[in-house]
Amino acid sequence: MGLSPRPDPRTVEMTSDEPWITTKLDQFVNWGRKNSLWPMPFGTACCAIEFMATAASKYDIARFGMERQAFSPRQADLLICAGRVPFKLAPVLRRIWQQMPQPKWCISMGACASSGGMFDNYAVVQGIDSIIPVDVYVPGCPPRPEGLIYGIMMLQKKITAERSGDPSLRQELEPDPTTQLYVSPAVIDEISEPFGNSVHQTRSGL
Amino acid sequence: MSPSVEALRARFGGALTRAGVVWGETTVIVDRGQLHEIVRWLHDDPSQLYDYLSDVTAVEFRDLEEPIEVVWHLRSLPFRRFLRVKVLLERGTSLEVPSVWDIYKSADWLERECFDMFGIRFAGHPDLRRLLMWEQYAEGYPLRKDFPLRGRFSRSEQLRQALAANPEARYSKEELSIADAFEDLPRDMQRRLESGERTGE
Repeated sequence: MGLSPRPDPRTVEMTSDEPWITTKLDQFVNWGRKNSLWPMPFGTACCAIEFMATAASKYDIARFGMERQAFSPRQADLLICAGRVPFKLAPVLRRIWQQMPQPKWCISMGACASSGGMFDNYAVVQGIDSIIPVDVYVPGCPPRPEGLIYGIMMLQKKITAERSGDPSLRQELEPDPTTQLYVSPAVIDEISEPFGNSVHQTRSGL
Repeated sequence: MSPSVEALRARFGGALTRAGVVWGETTVIVDRGQLHEIVRWLHDDPSQLYDYLSDVTAVEFRDLEEPIEVVWHLRSLPFRRFLRVKVLLERGTSLEVPSVWDIYKSADWLERECFDMFGIRFAGHPDLRRLLMWEQYAEGYPLRKDFPLRGRFSRSEQLRQALAANPEARYSKEELSIADAFEDLPRDMQRRLESGERTGE
């Protein structure tokens, strides 16, 4: 679920005597939303190339409703962050996310967007989930188009599970005004710790 | 050995301390004080005509006793030559070299990058500020050997400082009237924009 405080819709309690009209409306709205996701490709690096491959004719995300890729955040509902995000780009990404109107979702595509990837250094943000709330993480360096499509389908399942009675959905995340972080610094430090053999090619472990 | 070496030795004599060929490329080590004159001569002289500056960079060795080298890669398109000019900055001396911006305009960003990554100041550069990192970057100079790979501050602190930087603070005055960020700029930058001066970007 990432660092977003948005709770898992599977755990949200729904009363069983919900009127059928609400469930039908939910089904209809979620069907409409998931099958017409307009992605905003925030492509910065190599993953953007794989995103282009996914959008091209062989793998084709147009059959998922992503016919029109919105390059203006104000007209998009899905931000696909493909590629590494340097610290210099962090306020820009935050601004783009804030410019997107609700309902909006975010896919973090690739290892660099999810965790900083192979770039555990002074310049790369160790995971965009410390800047914006992420719904689906797609691992890979870069993920194959099938992998990205799997991530998109996972997001579609997540959208199907959304309920209009859930008050935590569609809440705009406000960062702390002094630090501009929406997660506590201790959490960011902890998840940015190196793991695996992130900097030493010849060793395993830290 | 490039024919420029002989010509340089004839013209400048003592300022040329060493010359050598590595993998077919000629390297010339010169005196810091005469660097500007030498580069000017290499650019202007009709027998040299080094009209293209490919790169300005610096080298710091792991052995911290070695001097820091500042390197200029010059190319002569008419004569199809390549020359590497180096200046050795001994440890303990100030990391300052003359800028070649008045000779090669491409030195504008090349020297800014060198300053950003190594902390070498270029005297006479019109607008020496950071290029790759954001302007208020306070951790130091990333490509120095004493700079740790992950940076000096904790991740949350780096992120906090990055998010505090205003990405709109680079725009021209016309664009800024839309972006509303003019008040956030430092005073000297406001003055420069008011007077309509372009920084050459």
